[in-house]
Amino acid sequence: MGRTLSEKVWDDHVVRAAEGEPDLLYIDLHLVHEVTSPQAFDGLRQAGRPVRRPDLTLATEDHNTPTLNIDQPIADPVSRTQVQTLRNNAAEFGVRIHSLGDLDQGIVHIIGPQLGLTQPGLTVVCGDSHTATHGAFGAIAFGIGTSEVEHVLATQTLPQARPKTMAVNVHGELPVGVTAKDIVLALIAKVGTGGGQGYIVEYRGSTIEALSMEGRMTICNMSIEWGAKAGMMAPDETTFAYVKGRPHAPEGAEWDAAVEYWKTLRSDDDAVFDAEIDLDASQLSPFVTWGTNPGQGVPLAASVPDPETFADEADRTAAKKALEYMALTPGQKMRDINVDTVFLGSCTNGRIEDLRAAAEVIQGRQVADTVRMLVVPGSARVRLQAESEGLDIIFKEAGAEWRAAGCSMCLGMNPDQLAPGERAASTSNRNFEGRQGKGGRTHLVSPLVAAATAVTGHLSAPADL
Amino acid sequence: MDKFSTHTGTALPLRRSNVDTDQIIPAVYLKRVTKTGFEDGLFAAWRNDPSFVLNQPQYAGASILVPGPDFGTGSSREHAVWALQNYGFKVVIGSRFADIFRGNSGKAGLVVGVVDQKIIEELWDFIEEHPSAPLTVDLVERQITAEGFQADFEIDYYTRWRLLEGLDDIGLTLRSADLIDQFEQTRPAFKPKTLPARVAS
Ligand code: SF4
Repeated sequence: MGRTLSEKVWDDHVVRAAEGEPDLLYIDLHLVHEVTSPQAFDGLRQAGRPVRRPDLTLATEDHNTPTLNIDQPIADPVSRTQVQTLRNNAAEFGVRIHSLGDLDQGIVHIIGPQLGLTQPGLTVVCGDSHTATHGAFGAIAFGIGTSEVEHVLATQTLPQARPKTMAVNVHGELPVGVTAKDIVLALIAKVGTGGGQGYIVEYRGSTIEALSMEGRMTICNMSIEWGAKAGMMAPDETTFAYVKGRPHAPEGAEWDAAVEYWKTLRSDDDAVFDAEIDLDASQLSPFVTWGTNPGQGVPLAASVPDPETFADEADRTAAKKALEYMALTPGQKMRDINVDTVFLGSCTNGRIEDLRAAAEVIQGRQVADTVRMLVVPGSARVRLQAESEGLDIIFKEAGAEWRAAGCSMCLGMNPDQLAPGERAASTSNRNFEGRQGKGGRTHLVSPLVAAATAVTGHLSAPADL
Repeated sequence: MDKFSTHTGTALPLRRSNVDTDQIIPAVYLKRVTKTGFEDGLFAAWRNDPSFVLNQPQYAGASILVPGPDFGTGSSREHAVWALQNYGFKVVIGSRFADIFRGNSGKAGLVVGVVDQKIIEELWDFIEEHPSAPLTVDLVERQITAEGFQADFEIDYYTRWRLLEGLDDIGLTLRSADLIDQFEQTRPAFKPKTLPARVAS
């Protein structure tokens, strides 16, 4: 019987397998950031262990960093200590680090692909649940906890039970104005936040094949939001073209050898998945969330649902709680929801293509008086690239704030936060209670919807302008 | 890591589903560089509410948490596990957990047992009726017992063994150091390395 893509990559990384034990997997690339690593480095120090493969490890500062005045010391002393701790640890253990101000600093899931370190067929881990982003290249990539970070630092391996496999087949041409973000939001609304639990998911089909790498990363990024262990896509010419010529891409004969191997990384025709889901992309429209988990979403043209119409009791209770938190009433049109803040950025939608798409909508228009719009490039290089294309001017002239790279308002940790009761349209990936700041209310949207919403002041699509 | 075989303590019913790790401990509390001191951030958004179950005096000192389904979803932060442990929880019994949370718990020594949601409902009723009744969680027998209550729970074989033996995962893996060496010999030359650093031209 044939094997699936994930099984092929998995099999190629098994260091040790034994009955009744998890497989010991070799890790090709370990990404590290300031929040989930200090206790891991501490553990190494206490045990007198070195980092086994500094040359397969890369650190950056992103979660707990400001996006203003980055040439100044970080104002919050506790944050400053955390960032400084990473710098000290990187120096002590010989790990490459991209600090604030460095050209290659940025959100950990943006800089891996950008440097060409994320490649097909790798195993990639990071102490961050959105590591699945790298699966867009045909890598097995997943988030780990701090104990596991320490384990990988010490051994370059991780014991892992083999997950089940699932295929998400997406077919059909995307209607105009519908993006990768809408595909994944619609998918999660359909299958629920626990739908992928225990699976490595392979997204496939004509719609996926037609997406750019940026769009593919957006979808894989949100795999964790429906519980999947990892999400991946078979590498193809789009993938190879993206990787080629990047700083860490193979060159010459090694490039040829790599591509030859990468081309074998697809699910065999007779491979059998443990589960399959089909999605018709041609029926999709811009999607937005109304609740406090990413599965609580509807088309923008729809209304806030009535919890009483939910068949499942747990769903009903969750929906009631969510509406209370979000201060919304059943039947209210999604388009009538006013927002205070628009956040364009994050590892879901902070890449150059996302900024270009939003800029195109914003160009020649003004951000509504009632709205503050934050544009936060995912990495320092994305910022530079955008500036070389004049996108920063477009955003600034429209009245948006143009910031330095980082996670920013995706999570309420650094200075960019929602105030209690404030409502945001956000291109990030989580609308949990308080995620963007205590008491803040989040609607997850695509970059196109974010841009249009900034202009009108209420949830909108570019077609509404 | 300390060995774990049985634990006896009182329990706390958390009648909420989908409690993600941002609820267990919000991001602003993640700035510490230690594994201790996170108890203040535990369920921070709900702590000011006197009616929140953690604030109810009859559950003071509880060491067994019984949440609703899909506990620990979202962010991979192990701080969520530390916060629960720092607060005094030794065991979490629920019907469905996020993979990363369950993995983190196993590594950090927090026992996570899985039972049917039906059992959780029974357990909630039992605890609410007898808040001071001690429950015993027996990892050897994989059983929760109290006077007038008994249920089996599931935990994967390997995690249970490691917890029972109190084994450090890294030490365990390093026993296979020669296999890791051998594996490294077979890695293709085209696989990327982060060092020496290369920058875009
Ligand atoms: S942008 Fe948001 S989701 Fe992505 S790594 Fe940063 S905090 Fe996590």
